[in-house]
Amino acid sequence: MEAFSILAQAIDADGLKAAEAASSAGFAYGLAAIGPGIGIGYLVGKSVEAMARQPEAAGMVRTTMFLGIAFTEALALIGFVVFILIGL
Amino acid sequence: MLALEFPPINEILRWRDLFPTFNKVALISVAAALITIVIFLIASNQDGMKAPKGIRNLAESMVEFIENQIIMPTMGKDGLGWTPFMLSLFAFIYLCNLPGIIPIVYMPATARIAIPLFLSLLVWVIFIGVGFKHQGPKYIKNSLMPPGVPGPLYILVIPIEFISTFLVRPFSLTVRLFANMLAGHILLVTFSLLTEELIQSDTLVLKPVAILPFFMLMFITAFEVLVGFLQAYIFTILAAVYIGGAAHPEH
Repeated sequence: MEAFSILAQAIDADGLKAAEAASSAGFAYGLAAIGPGIGIGYLVGKSVEAMARQPEAAGMVRTTMFLGIAFTEALALIGFVVFILIGL
Repeated sequence: MLALEFPPINEILRWRDLFPTFNKVALISVAAALITIVIFLIASNQDGMKAPKGIRNLAESMVEFIENQIIMPTMGKDGLGWTPFMLSLFAFIYLCNLPGIIPIVYMPATARIAIPLFLSLLVWVIFIGVGFKHQGPKYIKNSLMPPGVPGPLYILVIPIEFISTFLVRPFSLTVRLFANMLAGHILLVTFSLLTEELIQSDTLVLKPVAILPFFMLMFITAFEVLVGFLQAYIFTILAAVYIGGAAHPEH
């Protein structure tokens, strides 16, 4: 605990604010990437399965897959924008 | 050991004004528009009866791509009249994305929010306009009240549909294009800075390590070619989905 208080004294208010901003920006992007990561993986995996089962429907599946990726990815990208807004 | 100084965001994204109120981003977007116009003007002046070659071949394959890959799966045969709009949207966005990996220029014009925002507001106005043109005032009712929902649930459904159709659509269109290109641009900046810093470091051991971020840089550059195309494709196909959905109500 003493080390923490010494650290806290060493950093002034602005530096502390910047450090908090940097770490929370990192957390914001990291947390925002979890859900879409799982989602896109699941989506593409299922699409590949569908394309392998029915190669004649591959074109339609691909279009729908890109649409789905676009919607899922938007969440991660909003996290990235938050990261830029807080962190830089 | 390493003094990695990340340049301020304004320096990464602005470069410098060529003359007041006209910077690199504006130059790239004007160039993108002009290149598209010139390509299609030259292509349209060639004889259509002969087998296409050169620029006309390029233009015809682009038109075919838009018709077969973007309009037919989303809007069907009725949507073919939208080909010119979708084609110009696609060509403009792609040519704005591409400078992100062209040496010396190295700046995707869509990494500034103004261009994606304007384009998605344009799509927003158009799809609402198409909705009113095809369905009249019932467009509001059709888009806010999907059929087959039990009566009381409409209290929940109407606000959700309103937000997702009229507010989130333009927002997500903008942010998707903007954030993808900005993320790619920042990645390129980061790895090129890292490479440069490692090569110039005083410690001799660190110099060969520079090969790692350099390979990453190569990989990301190749990846950005794909991303630039994919984002233009996704923006155009979503515009087609929105316009097609407004023209034909769900049953």
